[in-house]
Amino acid sequence: MFKAKVLVKRRPSILDPQGMAVEKGAKHLGFNNIKETRIGKYVEFIVDTEIRSSAEKEVTEYCDKLLINPNLEDYEYTLEEIL
Amino acid sequence: MKPKFGVVVFPGSNCDHDAYYALKKILGLDVTFLWHKDTNLQDCDVIVLPGGFSYGDYLRTGAIARFSPIMNSVINFSQKGGHIIGICNGFQILLEAQLLPGVLLKNKSLQFVCKDVYLSVENNETFFTKGLVKSKPLKIPIAHGEGNYFADSDTLKSLVKNNQIVFKYTSSDGKSDDESNPNGSMMNIAGIVNKGGNILGMMPHPERACNPVLGKNDGSLVLGAIVKNFMN
Repeated sequence: MFKAKVLVKRRPSILDPQGMAVEKGAKHLGFNNIKETRIGKYVEFIVDTEIRSSAEKEVTEYCDKLLINPNLEDYEYTLEEIL
Repeated sequence: MKPKFGVVVFPGSNCDHDAYYALKKILGLDVTFLWHKDTNLQDCDVIVLPGGFSYGDYLRTGAIARFSPIMNSVINFSQKGGHIIGICNGFQILLEAQLLPGVLLKNKSLQFVCKDVYLSVENNETFFTKGLVKSKPLKIPIAHGEGNYFADSDTLKSLVKNNQIVFKYTSSDGKSDDESNPNGSMMNIAGIVNKGGNILGMMPHPERACNPVLGKNDGSLVLGAIVKNFMN
């Protein structure tokens, strides 16, 4: 089995109103060095197979078809074998 | 013959009954609900994807609804030229299904906006808008947190070139500017059609502006135009 950890990031060209609003909060708190706050998502799940290559295939398909919208987001993932 | 409408019901739809009521009771049409787990479109001529929070809007708005069994039938129907209108969350589902281009981001203000807005009819040559008057803005409510239309510059250019922008947010006298833009949408876009002209997505709710008793009737002009154009 494998544990997949997927990081979903908004593509750099896409405006992130949520990140901008959070950054305003940061400024109110006095964090003057904080810049370019971007909010993403973290998704983790188990892939129930013993074969790494098929786990990778399944993870990318799951990401491409459902977890991300390619117009909006990019992703990266790690795959760790678990016992 | 008048068209038969089908209103899809997803878990979390909340404007399905508004759409049903407007089409059935106000416009006197044959309307049926279509359950998201079904695949039979019951010979409907026009499919409505209603507003709401399908699947709780989890992951992204419309992302999970897009894979409902009924959506495969809706996609097949659209490929054969069938007419589909997505309102609010329905518009978001159409974008996730890539039946329409672009995405809807969180409103620029980050707030849920629920109010009457004015819309200009930018293209009155489509199946959905033929017969609507360009010079007279329509007063129709919006109610959404994620209606901020965004597309890359190539997509925007192609929307303009192919006359796919159907509705824009304007002031009551038809001026389209930042002040009349309720959510930050690019070019004040409120509604678009696909290249084939058989799929309309719009954030405003025509079904909520169909009863003069409630003070608004411009929504029935939009829904009424669809009926007329189907019959012609």
